[in-house]
Amino acid sequence: MMAKYIGRRLLQSLFVLWLVATLAFGALQLTPGDPAQALLAASGATSEEIARQRAELGLDDPLLRQYARFLGELVQGDLGRSWLHGRPVSRMIAEQLAPTAELAGVATAVGIAVGIGLGVLAAIRRRTWVDAAATAVAVVGISVPTYWSGLLAILVFALHLRWFPATGSGSLRHLVLPALVLGFALSGSIARIVRTRSVEVLDAQFILAARARGLPAHRVLFVHVLRAALGPAITVSALQLGFLLGGAVITESVFARSGLGQLAVEAILWQDVPVVRGVVLFSAVAFMLVNLLADLLQAWVDPRIREAL
Amino acid sequence: MIEWTARARRPLLRQPVTALALAWLVLLVLETLVLPPLLPTDPRFADPAQVLLPPAAGHVLGTDALGRDVLSRLVWGGRWTLGMAMAALVVTFVLGLPVGLAAGSLGGRVDALTMRVVDALLAFPALLLAMVVVAILGTGLLPVAVAVGITAAPAHARMVRSVALEIRSRPYIDAARSVGCPPLRIALRHILPNAAPVLIAFATTQLGWILINGAALNFLGLGAPLGTPEWGAMLAEGRGYLRDGPWISVFPGLALTLTVLAAHLVGNGIEEALKRD
Repeated sequence: MMAKYIGRRLLQSLFVLWLVATLAFGALQLTPGDPAQALLAASGATSEEIARQRAELGLDDPLLRQYARFLGELVQGDLGRSWLHGRPVSRMIAEQLAPTAELAGVATAVGIAVGIGLGVLAAIRRRTWVDAAATAVAVVGISVPTYWSGLLAILVFALHLRWFPATGSGSLRHLVLPALVLGFALSGSIARIVRTRSVEVLDAQFILAARARGLPAHRVLFVHVLRAALGPAITVSALQLGFLLGGAVITESVFARSGLGQLAVEAILWQDVPVVRGVVLFSAVAFMLVNLLADLLQAWVDPRIREAL
Repeated sequence: MIEWTARARRPLLRQPVTALALAWLVLLVLETLVLPPLLPTDPRFADPAQVLLPPAAGHVLGTDALGRDVLSRLVWGGRWTLGMAMAALVVTFVLGLPVGLAAGSLGGRVDALTMRVVDALLAFPALLLAMVVVAILGTGLLPVAVAVGITAAPAHARMVRSVALEIRSRPYIDAARSVGCPPLRIALRHILPNAAPVLIAFATTQLGWILINGAALNFLGLGAPLGTPEWGAMLAEGRGYLRDGPWISVFPGLALTLTVLAAHLVGNGIEEALKRD
């Protein structure tokens, strides 16, 4: 059963991956401008040189052959070369990956911790002011643009209190503010699902039974409620990876951190389409892999999902 | 635990928070339509003698680094930001509604095919997908609106489809089909009107999303040209003066956040008002 499920999920992912790649190929075709010219523009190349470059890049080939070559290169992890720098896009992404992954990872941890905290708190104090306040914080978390909360965080914690550096990257102290800002934005949607799930669990018969047996409240909370809330929290944060990567772009810009975001923004300003496309393709693949992993993890952890397959 | 107050379905205006949020949105729309031309100060008028003034009587929200009045820029900014969001929402509807409606009311192969494409589009991180569109179209306020609108369309199509699918299973659709009503007429005259309230709720929620992401692209400098009083762009302009003029970025951010919040709350409120008991 499990093997069949994994097989089906993998096939599905492969199909979506192919569609994603095709869309990305189409995006480049739609772009005005000549890649060969763009590549050689800086060096002031003659029209013969540009023509030679066109032939070398295979831009004169029929569309279908270009498409086949694009897919072939993609499978080998070749994302083409930057029009601006002439360097392989995959290498440029690899160089900028670490700081973004670091930010995204810590922000996810913050988001899950805050989200579960708010959600469980709201659930156990249901229909009180605590519930209302926790829900309000969650809604604000969803609504606040990170480029504003980031500026506010810099204003308060960097400029006035001087606890953390305002901008830059490198040390752990540089990571605190961006991770908190991005994590808080993430926590809203996690809190919402955790509250719903916790309310369900608290109403369940087995909790009543556990209480009747005299299980202390904190054991009910930690053993039953938190365990039940963790699964949905992980699923939601996996689904939010797309949001997280977009948010990372903005957060990196606000805090002047290096990373994939800076790479993408600079590439758009210069209309360096291969780089933009590469970053987006890379994030789409990461998004799909993480969600595949989350689904499999969920099926593995939760016997009911496994049975239902 | 005993549920002593089941949350009943409530009409929109009986929900205090929702009513407040709706009032904010309505006021904002009116403000952007009426107020900007009536302002005494030009949002682009730079007075070198009045640079970085804190909020005071003459300039209620202070002045920015070029000596421009923040309040009048904020008021004009509402027009740019909301205008961009509305344009984006139109793009979302034009792309998402027909696709979702076709998939949901026809079902079968059309549904399977379109939803796979929608899945593929949803696999792209939304903001980054919007950035690709901007990279293709070039920077500017209109490209940003189109990009954000395109990016929001897949989710919209998926929502329309699921609502249409649910309505399609209702008896009156069977009745219409059995008397020979053609599929297009069923979709437009029977499914769409019944789906409208839910879709309005979803569109309101999406408006919040569009506002955040559209202004984000402007913040990143990919949209409104330099100096345009747009909230995201104003935030970007103010970031360099956090120490000397925090009001330059704090107020547009506050206005944007309140508007996004209001959109979310109204969306939730409509949903609650539509809930079946």
